[in-house]
Amino acid sequence: MAAEKTERVMPREGSTEIHADTKGSKAVRIILITLSVLFLFIMLVMPLITVIYESFRKGFGEYLKAVTDDETVGALLLTLEATVIAVIINTVFGLFAAWAISKFRFRGKKFLVTLIDLPVTVSPIIAGLIFVLTFGRQSFLYSYLEEIDFMIVYAVPGIILATVFVTFPFISREILPVLEAQGTDEEEAAALMGARSFTIFRKITLPHIKWALIYGIVLCAARAMGEFGAVSVLSGHLRGQTVTLPLQVEILFGDNKYMPAFAVSSILMIMAVVILIVRSIVEFIGRRKGEE
Amino acid sequence: MKRKKRIIPGFGISMGVTLTLLSLMVLIPLASLVVFTSKMSFSEIWNVITRPRVLASFRVSLITALIASLINAVMGVILAWVLVRYKFPGKRILDGMIELPFALPTAVAGIALTSLYSDSGWIGSIFAKFGIKIAYTRVGITIALIFIGIPFVVRAVQPVLEKIDPLYEEAAGILGASRARTFRKVILPELYPAIFTGFGLAFGRCLGEYGSVVFIAGNQPYETEITPLIIMSELQEYDYSSATAIALVMLLAAFIILFLVNLIQIRNTKILKGGN
Repeated sequence: MAAEKTERVMPREGSTEIHADTKGSKAVRIILITLSVLFLFIMLVMPLITVIYESFRKGFGEYLKAVTDDETVGALLLTLEATVIAVIINTVFGLFAAWAISKFRFRGKKFLVTLIDLPVTVSPIIAGLIFVLTFGRQSFLYSYLEEIDFMIVYAVPGIILATVFVTFPFISREILPVLEAQGTDEEEAAALMGARSFTIFRKITLPHIKWALIYGIVLCAARAMGEFGAVSVLSGHLRGQTVTLPLQVEILFGDNKYMPAFAVSSILMIMAVVILIVRSIVEFIGRRKGEE
Repeated sequence: MKRKKRIIPGFGISMGVTLTLLSLMVLIPLASLVVFTSKMSFSEIWNVITRPRVLASFRVSLITALIASLINAVMGVILAWVLVRYKFPGKRILDGMIELPFALPTAVAGIALTSLYSDSGWIGSIFAKFGIKIAYTRVGITIALIFIGIPFVVRAVQPVLEKIDPLYEEAAGILGASRARTFRKVILPELYPAIFTGFGLAFGRCLGEYGSVVFIAGNQPYETEITPLIIMSELQEYDYSSATAIALVMLLAAFIILFLVNLIQIRNTKILKGGN
């Protein structure tokens, strides 16, 4: 959409290929490509190779033993639980928020958008801190929580809250630009012709935002699984109870159990790589649909 | 408020769900920070944040985040340029890889970098021969922050670079400007807002980063102790007021950065949309 606009503002004849004499020398090109590849290799690929190398250093048997360890499996289940809840809550929020912001005019819209983005701009440690202040010992809520025996800080609910918080805007953020670019004409037409709200959403809005939604969910899941700082503040590190996979990595590494720490890391790394591949596929399909 | 009747249904419910979830998840927890702060006096806060150890952590955090973001600003422009302007095998993989720091859990990145750059690690051992230590020094912190900040500048510059019309470069070339001069005088000025946006976002993220840094930092007070780590240790000692006071300084810094980035971004969107 934006591309069309540029086209109109700056009409151009012929191809979009850059003219031969502005292409720059071949040497510069080779140097820059080499520099980029080297930089990314050292900064991104080598850490990944390290994780794999260290995981299998003592053989496959030891690796299997490390990843099927009871504490690790427990941590994996807790991580998945927090991730699923975060994805569900943030998807519901993302859909409603993006709908409200893109389809209606109201005062304070900009402010609302800023508030929604707030969780990703604060440090994860501060994200953890605010939940400790809200539900921790010095909070006035603490005595009520104690009465009904519902612990949040240093317990599973705290971990889930922290995870939802740090991934809060992830889905609305992906959908919103798509909905805003699409405008409101189609929905207005459908509403005038008598379509009910859910029908409008399902038949008109959803097809537009499908890929953005999937991408948002993927991003949200990735961040939720890997969240470390905020969860670390709220966890209390009770082994086998409030330890997620990233925290398990920290515990093992701190105990000088390097091989198991990397083995657990490898699970998270595989998830991250899968997420990147899904992201590339979703983006590729989305772009092709956009071009059609 | 309701001057015109809304045609599209669902305003009430979508606004209701949005505000309810936003309040529960974000506003109430943040409000507790305000409430807690209001119980403290200004001198109390001031005493905490001017402790030598806290001031040293501000310095460490600022310097390492600044250096890392500057390196990422330069590398980000180069990467964006390579990805937009050149065609070469493996480009798509390179492009997809940029997001890795977002997808890879910070703790994993942290231990991997620590093991790479420690004296016995693949990269660390090379430097150790020359007597240079990387892990457990500020250099190590900077490397972890470079890792975290890679996507920001690249992803901010890429779309702008794609939109820049080669026509101007052709004109500059025809008028006799060298490639380097064209880049400096024609392309770079167009990229400045995007570079600054990416730099600002990376800088903000680096200031608050915890997971990837704690492992490689060594966490020596006054030397390699970053501000988020101080907050963490105050919390472990149940010293909530000190933690809150230091967190306020961090929040203030984050908001200032965000404000500046937003100012620049308004200009940036104008360029992206093809205006002047």
